[in-house]
Amino acid sequence: MPKPIDAGAPHAATVLARTQESPSIFTLELRLDDAAAHAAYRFAPGQFNMLYLYGVGEVPISIMSDPEDRDGIGHTIRAVGRVTRGLAELQPGDQVGLRGPFGRGWPLQEMGGRDVVLVLGGLGCAPAVSVIHYVLKRRERFGKLVIIQGVKHADDLIWREQYDRWSKLPDTQVLVAADEGAALWPWHVGRVTGLFGLARFNPERAVAMMCGPEGMMRVAAEHLLARGLPESGLYLSMERNMQCAVGRCGHCQFGGAFVCRDGPVFNWGEVKTLLAHRGF
Amino acid sequence: MPSQPDQAGFLPLDQMHALVARLMQLGYQCLGPTVENGAIVMREMRAPDALPRGLQAEQAPGRYRLTQDPLNRYFAWANGPQAIKPQTFAPTESLWRVARDAAGALQFEAVVPDVPAQAIIGVRACDLAAMAVQDAHFLREGRYDAHYAERRERLFLVAVQCAEPAATCFCASTGDGPTPTAGYDLALAELAEGFVVEAGSGKGAAVLDALNLAAATPQQIDAARQQGPVAAAAQTRSLPGRNLRDALMSRLEHPRWDEVAARCLACGNCTAVCPTCFCHAEVDEPALNGQSSEHARIWDSCFGESHGHLHGFNVRPDIKSRYRQWLTHKLATWHDQFGRSGCVGCGRCIAWCPTGIDLTEEVAALMSGTDQPSDATSKHSTRPASGQVAAYPRP
Repeated sequence: MPKPIDAGAPHAATVLARTQESPSIFTLELRLDDAAAHAAYRFAPGQFNMLYLYGVGEVPISIMSDPEDRDGIGHTIRAVGRVTRGLAELQPGDQVGLRGPFGRGWPLQEMGGRDVVLVLGGLGCAPAVSVIHYVLKRRERFGKLVIIQGVKHADDLIWREQYDRWSKLPDTQVLVAADEGAALWPWHVGRVTGLFGLARFNPERAVAMMCGPEGMMRVAAEHLLARGLPESGLYLSMERNMQCAVGRCGHCQFGGAFVCRDGPVFNWGEVKTLLAHRGF
Repeated sequence: MPSQPDQAGFLPLDQMHALVARLMQLGYQCLGPTVENGAIVMREMRAPDALPRGLQAEQAPGRYRLTQDPLNRYFAWANGPQAIKPQTFAPTESLWRVARDAAGALQFEAVVPDVPAQAIIGVRACDLAAMAVQDAHFLREGRYDAHYAERRERLFLVAVQCAEPAATCFCASTGDGPTPTAGYDLALAELAEGFVVEAGSGKGAAVLDALNLAAATPQQIDAARQQGPVAAAAQTRSLPGRNLRDALMSRLEHPRWDEVAARCLACGNCTAVCPTCFCHAEVDEPALNGQSSEHARIWDSCFGESHGHLHGFNVRPDIKSRYRQWLTHKLATWHDQFGRSGCVGCGRCIAWCPTGIDLTEEVAALMSGTDQPSDATSKHSTRPASGQVAAYPRP
């Protein structure tokens, strides 16, 4: 029998920097301790790593930094569970374990020359923020950039200054909605779905990427397809329980797909039928 | 039995111990049928003559009882709750460990399983088929599972022809039995006076040679061959086809899912005894001294509450969606993943279900009707109609 190619132990990685983004959201920039491994590390936006907190466990976390930024590997994390609450306590110099990158990322090769529409819900924004950075760094390669972001409460919007900055850029449209507003909230109050009609892009030459609650993505898909976006240009990032990240432990199965391996990014056509049913 | 009658040997009943002794001599830890808590389980044999005789396993939905075999055979019991799976996909297994020194630096290392070469005596055609199904998962090209591969490589499998299927067996309808056709080292067929023995591998042929058996006579080989069709004809349960993918995936909102959910305890027994279920949780076990931690995997079940857990919500919060996940994975989406069904017809999930849910009966009930359109009582079952994407409530 051929030798196994993934024995599975993580690499040790050190926290280079830690940023508090909101009361419960923080960003860790990591560097693999093994210099050769770090130099060889490559990922595509939309892929994820398994981060291990000593003695507690592993969690799948999207990579939000730029793929050509070789200094650190960025992860924006919400402290919601045992592992992520522990990761929130880490400081620069502390060590974690890192396995990755895993899965299939966004179809960046298909985006060249096209309008890019991002539909982001709640904290599902991290996997797609890397796409925003990616497009903005290589602006001439793309058409219009439309960022549609919904949050439950105005306080949930992180990187608020960035949204302000993005909205002032040429050929870039930013539409933000909070179900519940707050004082000095400059954006729309109400459902993000109410903003879809304001998005300006050419559906025939656009690619749309969605990330967030499945209900929101279903409504967004309905809207985008009705506007004439071809199904082949509609993508989404899915979230499921992931423990092994290599399509083995079985938790992330969605129909015949292992979300960790075959996704997390899917074309709409691959998942739309099963998404119509709750419980998969 | 494979078509090498000229190489088939005949092992007299009173020489059965010689086969086990030979395997022990070769250094194999021999696992054989053993009665434990009223069931046949595979346990290490302490002596070559430790095989039990004269047992049958009477099985029915929610029922397993050992009874006397009037013919006093060695292998008249159809199966027990487990056969090969625990030896290849260990119920719990350390995958890697990490040490932390006084300065807090982490050192990771893979754990290589230390497993002896094992011979399992008395595996069935369904067990071999299930192992091939698990091979497709754990030994997938490009992603070999080191632990599974290590254990799998050290196995010597002695298969037996099923002559006495249980009432829960339906391997004939899945195409996986009752005659072992591949994946074994040696295959036995039990006749009144002894065993027709054939080799299925080089390792098996070497053991067969060393036993110096008389060649099986054409009459003995014929008698052995006839056992398969007879055992197949004796099976009372069946599935309505080998590929139920489209039939099941078009019945995801069938009212039968609610009915079976009302009887299902979500205990996970079916997944624990299923020889193809591969789900496992990954858990961390820190040492009490704080200086190291093990990362292990442990069998998990899609019936458990944590299986579909995500921060903030559970993908499958109710038993209905969990039963549907299990059955549609096993019989439908398994085809997408591995090109065949995940069911080998062993019937264990039927016998070991505490409420006697019968997979073949559930499939028949699902097939007898069509999907129900969504109504006010099933608020989540919004379905797309004629290309339109229906609204999908938040979980």
